[in-house]
Amino acid sequence: MFFTYLRRELRNRRKQTVVVAIGLAVAIALVIVVNAVSTGVRNAQAEVLESVYGVGTDITVTQASEGPGEGGGPGRFDFGEGEGEAGEDGTRNLAQDRLSTAMGSTSFDAAALESVAGLDHVSGVAATLDLQNMSFSGEMPDFEAMQEGGGPVDLRMDADGSGEGSAGGSSFEIEQFTVTGVDPDAAAVGPLTTATVADGRTLAADDENVAVLDATYATQQELAVGDKITVGGEELEIVGTVTSTTGDDVATASDVYVPLATAQTLADLADQVTDVYVQVDSAENVDAVAAAIEGELPDASVSTQSDLAEGVTGSLSTASDLIGTLGTWLSIIVLAAAFGLAILFTVSGVNRRTRELGTLKAIGWSKGRVVGQVAGESVVQGLIGGVAGLAIGALAVWAINLAGITLSGGTSGGGFMMGGPGGGGGGGAMPAGGGQGAEGGGFGAARPGGLADAASSAVDVALQAPVSLWIVLAAVGLAVLGGLVAGVVGGQRAARLRPVEALRSLA
Amino acid sequence: MYQIDDLTKTYQQGKRVVRALKGVSLTIGDGELVAVQGPTGGGKSTLLQMLGGLDRPTSGTVKLDGTDLAGMSDAQLTAARAETIGFVFQNFNLIPTLTALENVETALVPAKVPRQTRTARALAALESVGLGDRGDHLPGELSGGQQQRVAIARALVKNPKVLLADEPTGNLDEETRDEIVDLIEGLWKEQGLTIVLVTHDSVVARRTPRRLRIAKGAVKDLTAA
Repeated sequence: MFFTYLRRELRNRRKQTVVVAIGLAVAIALVIVVNAVSTGVRNAQAEVLESVYGVGTDITVTQASEGPGEGGGPGRFDFGEGEGEAGEDGTRNLAQDRLSTAMGSTSFDAAALESVAGLDHVSGVAATLDLQNMSFSGEMPDFEAMQEGGGPVDLRMDADGSGEGSAGGSSFEIEQFTVTGVDPDAAAVGPLTTATVADGRTLAADDENVAVLDATYATQQELAVGDKITVGGEELEIVGTVTSTTGDDVATASDVYVPLATAQTLADLADQVTDVYVQVDSAENVDAVAAAIEGELPDASVSTQSDLAEGVTGSLSTASDLIGTLGTWLSIIVLAAAFGLAILFTVSGVNRRTRELGTLKAIGWSKGRVVGQVAGESVVQGLIGGVAGLAIGALAVWAINLAGITLSGGTSGGGFMMGGPGGGGGGGAMPAGGGQGAEGGGFGAARPGGLADAASSAVDVALQAPVSLWIVLAAVGLAVLGGLVAGVVGGQRAARLRPVEALRSLA
Repeated sequence: MYQIDDLTKTYQQGKRVVRALKGVSLTIGDGELVAVQGPTGGGKSTLLQMLGGLDRPTSGTVKLDGTDLAGMSDAQLTAARAETIGFVFQNFNLIPTLTALENVETALVPAKVPRQTRTARALAALESVGLGDRGDHLPGELSGGQQQRVAIARALVKNPKVLLADEPTGNLDEETRDEIVDLIEGLWKEQGLTIVLVTHDSVVARRTPRRLRIAKGAVKDLTAA
């Protein structure tokens, strides 16, 4: 009788049932979509972070730059008098490689690694040495000859890297790429954890004077396994190329990877590192460990994953903000409206059925039975709304995933100084298209205009919004809750109803 | 069946206190068919509410088979309504979304009668009011007289001791009214029920062996003399 009566009643109140169910369905669908998309955006953020910092890194330790000139960065190119081979017209061919810490980062003593590793709850540490290699090659005019001739010193340079100087001028190329010294033993943490070998092999523990290249960079430079690359004046054999696991065509954090010891030797930075990657045994200890590291290394700048997540820039962070605030509020408002609607209709339904429900009481239906009947109707309405909402929500999420929305994100802060969307570096004079090439500048002013290597800054991540079983259950639960709340409110009214109402002659 | 002593009922209607029953004492014997007449607002309906345990008296006792309804808990009253008392209303009060058969079945729901027995008994009750072939009709598809027959079947399907009818013919035309009165009279004779029939229709009242008149909260037995 319960179900027969319930079914008939809902069918009889078809319009109300549909309105209440639609209200709840829209709210539920919204909850599902907002949750799925925000989860997707969070995952995308995590991917961006992983592509830069590596999997499993909970804390990174860097040391803030102490200011220009001191904080490293490729320094000046100094050429002694008579250096290079003199050409026939008195110009000199010069070539020089400089390897030094990347802009914005400072190296510090590797002893820090030991002190971090000794802290409680630290389950893994790895140190890297982030370097920037700049190579200069080209020809300089014979200044003496020019000064004797009284002619102006024409030091015009081409920015396109082809570097044909004008007569009596100079012609040179400056190339730069990022070099990261990694400890092949500490493979569990660090930037190479998100990289997979594309060709050849990755770095091994006893490697020396070899390099692994980012596959994208290798392609640009037309380098392959077996070729040589000059890093800090030393020719290193390329033993492998790697790609990011986070997506196709996503660059890894650095162009060139070399064993940490090799990097330290080449850069003349013995026992120095720029970044320490820390893995913590459990998420709840991250803040405590970060605080301990700060205590241990007062000069260091310590960033946790959540600090890093705040540093994610680009459309990703916009999407994250949008979903986080607007989406949540919209869900709450629509959900509240749907609940209100359900309550309103249930209460008006009870009011309209005063005589009917009073009659049932008069013929011996208990209070509980009448209340159960009314509440049951609302709960079923909620259930219908929940299932419909689930279908709508799943469809919407499916459409979003199918649309292939790509979010672009980079990171800022820490020692990385990554660019925003669009892959622009620090706004320097980098030629577009590849981020490698010549840099126009005067003598001794070989500091790169772009702070970062554009190729490794922005990461495009396709938005994949997942729908978890948990959110499905929660959404249907919310809809049923809406029905239940309406049922309880309506049922209370029904409970207060006196059986005498059956005798009221007015309908 | 009923032993009523010094029954009073007062309502608060806004600021006005309505004294619907002013010390009514009355006895209704087993198997009696009683008509209660009187002007609107005289206390007819209030008396019926007291007899049916729908409302509680302000003072006095209403003993049904020796048990005072006024002293019962809500749950006990509900049980009494479910088992002992059958109601028939002026507006039939059928559940509009349920069929005639299902409406009759609702009366057996509190008794937790198994489904098959319930349906069989409801069908038998419908047959006893001459509507055995209308079980699957919704109330809206039935005439007023037919609806009241369904309501009578609903009241009687649980085999109550008392049938209380509030203006059962008030919404019916004369011909149908006579049919319903015939039916109630027939059931009374057949089943030996105690029936209290509230009506303002003298034609109906005249056909009952005992007639009461309630006016201004006081009862007068018209057949006593």
